[in-house]
Amino acid sequence: MTPAPAEHFFGSFTLCLVFSLLVPFAIAGLALINAGLGRSRSAAHAMTSALCVISVAALVYFTCGFAIQGLPSKLGLFGGFHPEMIGSFLSPGLFLQRVDRPFSLPAICALLGLFSVGITSLIPLGASADRWRLSAACASTAMLAGWTYPVFGHLVWRTLPSILGTRLGSGFVDAGGSGAIQVTGGLTALSIAWLLGPRQGKYLSNGMPAAIPAHNGVYVMFGSMLAWIGWLGLNSAGAMLYAGSPAENSVLVAINTTFSAMAAALTAAAITRIRFRKPDASLIANGWVGGLVASSAGCASLKPATAVLTGLVAGALVVLAIEFLEFTLKVDDPCGSISVHAVAGIWGLLAVGVFSGNGGQLLAQLVGIATLLGFILPLTYGLNWLLGRFIPHRVSSDGERQGLDLHELGADAYPEFAVHADEFMFLVSSF
Amino acid sequence: MKLGGFFLLLSGWAIVVAALTLLHGGALPAFIVAGLAVEILGLVLFAKSHIPLSEDNG
Repeated sequence: MTPAPAEHFFGSFTLCLVFSLLVPFAIAGLALINAGLGRSRSAAHAMTSALCVISVAALVYFTCGFAIQGLPSKLGLFGGFHPEMIGSFLSPGLFLQRVDRPFSLPAICALLGLFSVGITSLIPLGASADRWRLSAACASTAMLAGWTYPVFGHLVWRTLPSILGTRLGSGFVDAGGSGAIQVTGGLTALSIAWLLGPRQGKYLSNGMPAAIPAHNGVYVMFGSMLAWIGWLGLNSAGAMLYAGSPAENSVLVAINTTFSAMAAALTAAAITRIRFRKPDASLIANGWVGGLVASSAGCASLKPATAVLTGLVAGALVVLAIEFLEFTLKVDDPCGSISVHAVAGIWGLLAVGVFSGNGGQLLAQLVGIATLLGFILPLTYGLNWLLGRFIPHRVSSDGERQGLDLHELGADAYPEFAVHADEFMFLVSSF
Repeated sequence: MKLGGFFLLLSGWAIVVAALTLLHGGALPAFIVAGLAVEILGLVLFAKSHIPLSEDNG
């Protein structure tokens, strides 16, 4: 028996709300990954920075970000359009004006947007671990959440579908935000890593990188698992709100997301096993998250087999990109954020076009990627460069040696294990 | 080199936007790919300009 339109709509709405409420697990997962892959002397700083930038991102997004981003153009396809529940289709104003009904679709778009911008704001923290000042991170996040993310979100979910939709395939497809959420964050991470430069002692005098191991592998692995739960919600809610995917499609979305992550993790394990003789735990975790990132764009349109292929390529790309950035480009990215979010995200966008078998769709995806590289990267780099003229991004040399926990927060994350060899030398030399 | 890469990134995007606005049919894919190629060239230059000198580190 087919449900009545109102029941169908209410069911879809409730499901979408539940999916959206899973997204904070992805935020928690990424925060744990960032903390675990950094040094122990900056672990409390990593988690504090995560809380602060999420808060800044949410408030700035509430103030102006959502107004700039606007409602997605495919919102009318949601759950068998029901005008009484859909709320106002007018663009939201500043401070969420015109999102006046808490149980309307614009309200749930605002909720998912708040969580999504939280994910985006965490990504640069991974690439800048152990050397980015908390105040600069908050100011940079304000620009990211108030301008960069909403502008690309507006392009992806509102402008590009209408410009490209009638000419190139189904228009630019980014259901779960591989581009808008992940690549935007990844390119901001790249900009920050370039502006900050590498950590002290990362590159030796001969130009070779020194290994600075992760301080807590369990955080990293547990964070990856939390991220999986969050991504199931993010992709499922994004597919319904941003791509007009029906609620019945959510099972396929969850299967694609999971297959992609698992294929990517196994690929990373196989590559590191072949290259280093033993599987590398942190690269497997990075591969896993890379698979989640790559799955987002086509979560509602890929078939399970192509989702596996997307994950296989994403896992390989993440491992190779981390090495390329570290050894060839000398970009110090302690958590692999650039490779995981920018590189795997771009591949995810491309995979939608490649596996669609439609040349027009591939071109539409290329237009979106060109916008990310040619507009978002210069924009985010320029804004952060400008910010650096007023608020220095990097902590002082002594602060970096001492560790950001003590230097910026005045207390260690692990006070009972506080003495490290070089910190001890620093303390001795200061007397 | 840094400024050159920066402007090549923007120029590549401008080519893509201009192609979408002005062109139809067979020329459109060629110009989109050409714009992306200019961006990749810009990205390479931009990335190379950020490689730190070895004496700056450690």
